[in-house]
Amino acid sequence: MAIKKVLTLFGALAMAGVMAAPGFAQSPVKIGAIYPLSGNAASAGESAKAALEVAMDVINNAHPELGDLTLAKGAGLPGLKGAKIEIVFADNQGTPAAGQNQALRLITEEKVHALVGAYQSGITLTASAIAEKYGIPFLSGESVAANLTERGFKWFFRTTPIASDIATTYMAFLKELKAGGRKVDSIAIVNENTEYGTSIAKVLREAAKESGFNIGIEIPYSANTTDVQSQVLQLKDKKPDVVIFVSYTSDAILYMKTMKAMDYKPPVVIGDNSGFSDAAFLTNVGSIAQGAINRSAWDIGKPGSVTYLINEMYKKKRGVDLDDTAGRAMQGLLVLADAINRAGSTEPAKIQAALKATDLKPNQLMMGFRGVKFDEKGNNTLAAALLIQIQGNRYVAVWPKASAAAPLLLPYKGW
Amino acid sequence: MSVTILQLVVSGVLLGALYALFASGLTLIWGMMNVVNFAHGDFVMLAMYTTFVVWKTLGLGPAASVPIAALLMATVGIVVYFALVRHVMRGPMIAQILGTFGLALFLRYAVFWYFGANFLSLPDNLVGGTFDLSGIRIPAARLLAGAVALLVTAGLHLLLTRTALGSRMLAVAEDQVAAQLMGIKPHQMQAVAWGLAAGATGIAGALIATFFYISPTVGETLVIVAFVTVSLGGFGNVPGALVAGLLIGVIESLSAYWIGPVYKDIVVYSLFVAVLWLRPQGLMGKT
Repeated sequence: MAIKKVLTLFGALAMAGVMAAPGFAQSPVKIGAIYPLSGNAASAGESAKAALEVAMDVINNAHPELGDLTLAKGAGLPGLKGAKIEIVFADNQGTPAAGQNQALRLITEEKVHALVGAYQSGITLTASAIAEKYGIPFLSGESVAANLTERGFKWFFRTTPIASDIATTYMAFLKELKAGGRKVDSIAIVNENTEYGTSIAKVLREAAKESGFNIGIEIPYSANTTDVQSQVLQLKDKKPDVVIFVSYTSDAILYMKTMKAMDYKPPVVIGDNSGFSDAAFLTNVGSIAQGAINRSAWDIGKPGSVTYLINEMYKKKRGVDLDDTAGRAMQGLLVLADAINRAGSTEPAKIQAALKATDLKPNQLMMGFRGVKFDEKGNNTLAAALLIQIQGNRYVAVWPKASAAAPLLLPYKGW
Repeated sequence: MSVTILQLVVSGVLLGALYALFASGLTLIWGMMNVVNFAHGDFVMLAMYTTFVVWKTLGLGPAASVPIAALLMATVGIVVYFALVRHVMRGPMIAQILGTFGLALFLRYAVFWYFGANFLSLPDNLVGGTFDLSGIRIPAARLLAGAVALLVTAGLHLLLTRTALGSRMLAVAEDQVAAQLMGIKPHQMQAVAWGLAAGATGIAGALIATFFYISPTVGETLVIVAFVTVSLGGFGNVPGALVAGLLIGVIESLSAYWIGPVYKDIVVYSLFVAVLWLRPQGLMGKT
């Protein structure tokens, strides 16, 4: 009797095992996505969310029209018997503490296999620390602050160009302007004062010094400020030749409105991505920010091209063109999915190993990087950025000359 | 240099007028009726969206959107009083706080859901241009908001101090039972106060929208200053809130320029604490 019971139990277990095995292989790969879905940066968060949903569509369904783009051709992840990916979105509420809590919840309760996010560098900083502690891969497609990859983390990767790449790009651009006879004697940096702005400002300061440029003014400020009149007056007083804004959306909008009210037009305005890349920036103040220069790795391209088709898919969801920041977030997820596919497993260590072995070529990407290959710190060594400028109601590529779609127009026109 | 200082003061006054305008209505509800309305900022936000919709659908500027937003928000205020505030006022203080805080979140996320998180703006030529007084720039939209802040303050002040309706509202605020014995209907007076206060937020929102961005969280960004403005000016003192608003605006403007924008809040809040330490009733509050 006892033996029979044990045998039945074994039988049941064996059957459960047999039944579970195929089910396991087909079960979706869960990826946690931490983005600002409320708070001041929610408009950027909603864009990133829509872009990740497009990426999920590209991966999970067959899109032969998207050519060599990773995982576009077939449906699901072939390396995991066609398993689909499922994104669990979490709201970081624009605060590092909430971002950290969400990372913890996604890992321990939702049991996600990997994480992406978290838009603001200051929040990526705390959220990725949790992933590191639990040994879960964290890929950021968009956070650029330098020290994110200076912490000796083993589970953190990012595909985006980082602060130092960006600084190098700006300095090369300014050198070329100077060689062309434009006055570049003093540069002002106006930066929001969390991780993102502080980090970019610091790297810019160092890069400027190396390139022999003089940073005349630095104005750190708080991004959820109600007013920027004093900052604009300070700039108006000191008359720098170049002003570089490192801002989020609401503050970037306030700066443009206030500069018009104060009738202030610096000769060269550079807006470092984020706020200036938010689609809401163009619709709200594009008409009074003519000639503002921004960095980007995204180009919609000609009708029928892969990037054009992706933009169409995104537009259906969000109603506006894909911007660079959301595009980088989407590229990040595609790279992560490619690694999981090559790992052929959802085991964290195998995904980590596959990420380290990543070697993607430009034709497999949607962003204008030279490829994706991580160094030992987790940075993409092949990331690249070009400069774009607001001309009319859109951004056009203007620098370097090789990738320019329109001539660079200076000085800054404003309105 | 002196032009810069003058410009800083002018900008500060205009910023202060924005704060005072934003706080108007809060003085009435919090300062007079003794109810903390955490949804105040979101009332203003709602009025800003109303202004946007009026412009988008009818193509009309503040001349139309100010009365429309004021009427709409006054209605919202009265409805909120009868549907929510009247009930939570019977409970402890914490019920008021959580009740209006819940309302704030409800309004904020309803707007999130309906309009999305996108930032919106009215075209910046809706209230025409900027005056240039020998180098000092005064944007017309901000000047208009400042002028209306003065009018709203004067109106509310006169209403409360010079009219029978005002006296009845104050009586209810002071002693509900005694007022009732004198034949005043407390619910009616409270509802009028909520209607007036919310109507003022309607005017404020409609004007602020002409030069500020519009987003579901814009109320959250501005409301803290409004609470500071009311308590610095003195509870129950409408002109006090205007003076406090202007003071905060000018101090922010000057300290952001001289000490740095990151530190302006330290200066403002140090002053705030110092004033409350010396005069807990606020600058112009009664003892």
